[in-house]
Parts: sequence; structure tokens; C-alpha cells
Amino acid sequence: METVEITCPDQVFLDKLDRELKIEPKDWMPEPYRQTLIRQISQHAHSEIVGMLPEGNWITRAPSLKRKAILLAKVQDEAGHGLYLYAAAETLGISREKMYQQLHNGKAKYSSIFNYPTLSWADIGAIGWLVDGAAIMNQVPLCRNSYGPYARAMVRICKEESFHQRQGFEILLTLSRGTPQQRAMAQDAVNRWWWPSMMMFGPPDASSPHTQQSMRWKIKRFTNDELRQKFVDICAEQATILGFSLPDPLLKWNATTGHFDFGPINWDEFNQVINGNGPCNKERLDARRKAWDDGEWVREAAEAHAAKQKTKAAAA
Amino acid sequence: MHTDWPLWEVFIRSKQGLDHKHVGSLHAADAQMAIENARDVYTRRMEGVSIWVVQSSDIHASNPDDAESLYDPANDKAYRHPTFYDLPDELRHM
Repeated sequence: METVEITCPDQVFLDKLDRELKIEPKDWMPEPYRQTLIRQISQHAHSEIVGMLPEGNWITRAPSLKRKAILLAKVQDEAGHGLYLYAAAETLGISREKMYQQLHNGKAKYSSIFNYPTLSWADIGAIGWLVDGAAIMNQVPLCRNSYGPYARAMVRICKEESFHQRQGFEILLTLSRGTPQQRAMAQDAVNRWWWPSMMMFGPPDASSPHTQQSMRWKIKRFTNDELRQKFVDICAEQATILGFSLPDPLLKWNATTGHFDFGPINWDEFNQVINGNGPCNKERLDARRKAWDDGEWVREAAEAHAAKQKTKAAAA
Repeated sequence: MHTDWPLWEVFIRSKQGLDHKHVGSLHAADAQMAIENARDVYTRRMEGVSIWVVQSSDIHASNPDDAESLYDPANDKAYRHPTFYDLPDELRHM
């Protein structure tokens, strides 16, 4: 008698994950996996795009031509990273137009960190060191996530992101060797960016609804709390090189755990900012909408030009 | 209402003598704009010396469901590889 092996597509999918094979756009995948990726990748893309705004604030006021060129290159990278990620999300069947709509009408989220203001030049240093540092901590494991186009985009992003963190640290280092006023300005920036950076890893594992599923799907490789602890351990050491303190009186080396202990995070603030009540939420979204609306005539002109060239070429 | 510009696949030759390799995709109104955007998006760090763009709708791909019938037949033809042949150690330059 012939035995017929029946494998359901779900089993094939899970087997692939277990063997560390990548899932590619045309492969069968469970609908919740697809939706989770669309949500995560598009939020990530939005964060890159909105993330240009706080830093763009300082391009015209950078203290030297060198710093201005560096900041321009960094902001241009963020635009590129947003584009790689939008393209990766599109392979899952959502249109670019739809993602823009979701951002502009407030339906889609982006990283809460970009709803804080950049008050001084030292903020550009603190963002590079802490915000990009936290982002890299999150992003490096994403290079190994199970969805091919997302993983490939992340490899490219991580390669480019490394200079972002280093230039930030260098800004703070320069300020730390400056006048008392410059040191105070840098310490103030670190004080303001520390806790929002800690929140970038997301809610604690106990109240992170998607973590377990995302880890089974190999989208996520480490939990929020694991990554946050790694970040604290690294920054606590690096802060001593700068000679700045981190604004946490409970931050203390724990020889038993081999990690730094740290104080409680204000999750109420995090939820407020995520839900639209941060200091700059309105300003950020208004800026995005304005850029989109102001660009309308450019998009129309480009289309008209393309159509005209096509007609010309056909007639020739 | 405006709709998305067409999607283009971008291929880049990283240096003279190597193949163009797929690096990603982008939207553009026409081919010229696709090349200009590809230059900004994919070659900010001297990644390339030449760019190809192809409208995504012009690409025809094999179906992943056909993978078995397409590629498995090559599995049992180890004799296509030089390591298949057991030759004496003293044989040189081969």
C-alpha cells in the first residue's frame, strides 16, 4: 500500500524556521506572520523617516562645516534606511501609498523617542550615542530575522549605522573636554535622553504581548528586557570615558548578577508618548504631512514628464 | 487621486569585472529617475560603478512551489562535481 505523506503548509513553514531557512516573499506564510511583519517593518520605516526631523533641526546650526557635513550624511542615511524598509514591507503586499497614509493619519506608530525635542547641539551627540546605540542594539539581531527582504535591509542598515553612534560619542567627547558650560550642556542632554532611550526597547517582557510569538517566528531573537540590560551594561561603562553621569541614582554594579542594576522606568510616560501626548508628536506629524502635501506638485510634474517622454519615444 | 510610481528593481556592479547584483528596489516615475534615485539610495558609500534598473512588473520568476521538480533532479548527479572521482594521490596537476 502506498503511504501518502501529508504536510500542511504551516508545518513546512515551521520546519523552515527550525532549520534557520529564510522565508522569501513568494513562499507560503501564515497570515499573522505576514501582518506582524508588515506592522513591524512599516513602523521601523516610519521611525527612520520621522527620525530625520529632530536632527534636521540642527543641520543649519551645526558648529562647524565638518559637523554639518557629517550630520547631513547621517540624516541622508536615515532617509535611505526608511526607503530600504518600505521596500521590504512592500514585498509583503502593502503599498507604499497605504503606509504613508497610515503614518499621516496617525494610525501607524513610530518610535516614541522621536517625539522629544532637540534643545541644544549636545542633543545631537546624545542622540548618536544613546538613541542610535539603543537602535543598533535592537537592529543587529534583526539581521538574522527569518524574513529574507527584512534581514537583507537590516544588514545594510547596520553597516551604515555604526558611524552614527561613533560620531555622536565623538561630539560628547569633544564637549566633555570643553568649557564648564559645554560640559554642563552635554550632561543636560545625556540626562534628558537617557530614560527615553531605555524605553526604546519596548515594554518589559511581562507586559509585551507579541514577544513570545515573534521569537517563535524568529523575527525577534532577544526579549526587550535582555536587550535593555545589555544596553545599560555597555552605556554605564562608556559614560565613565566621557566623565558624565547617567541620571539614575539606583544604577549600580551587581557582582552577583554580573550586570548593572537600574531604577524603575516611567512606563506611564512611555504610554503617554506612544499614544500621541509626547512633547513633539503633533509637530512631527504636521511636518510629515506638510512635506507630503508640499511635494504633491513635484510628484505630479514627474509623472507628467514621464508620460510626455514616453509619448515622444513612441513617436520617434 | 495619486497612485504610487512604478516599482523598479535595482542592480549594481560593485566594481569593474563583477556581475551586476540585485540590491533592492525603489519607486520612480521613469527609468532615468529610477537610476538617479538608485544612485542616492544604494551607492552612498562607493558601492558601485554601474547601475541597472528594471521595472519590477517586467520580471518573471519561477514559482517556489516548483522548487522540488526544478532543482531536486540535480541532487543525485554527484558525478557532475570533480570531487566525485577517486583518483590516486600521486596524480598531479589535475
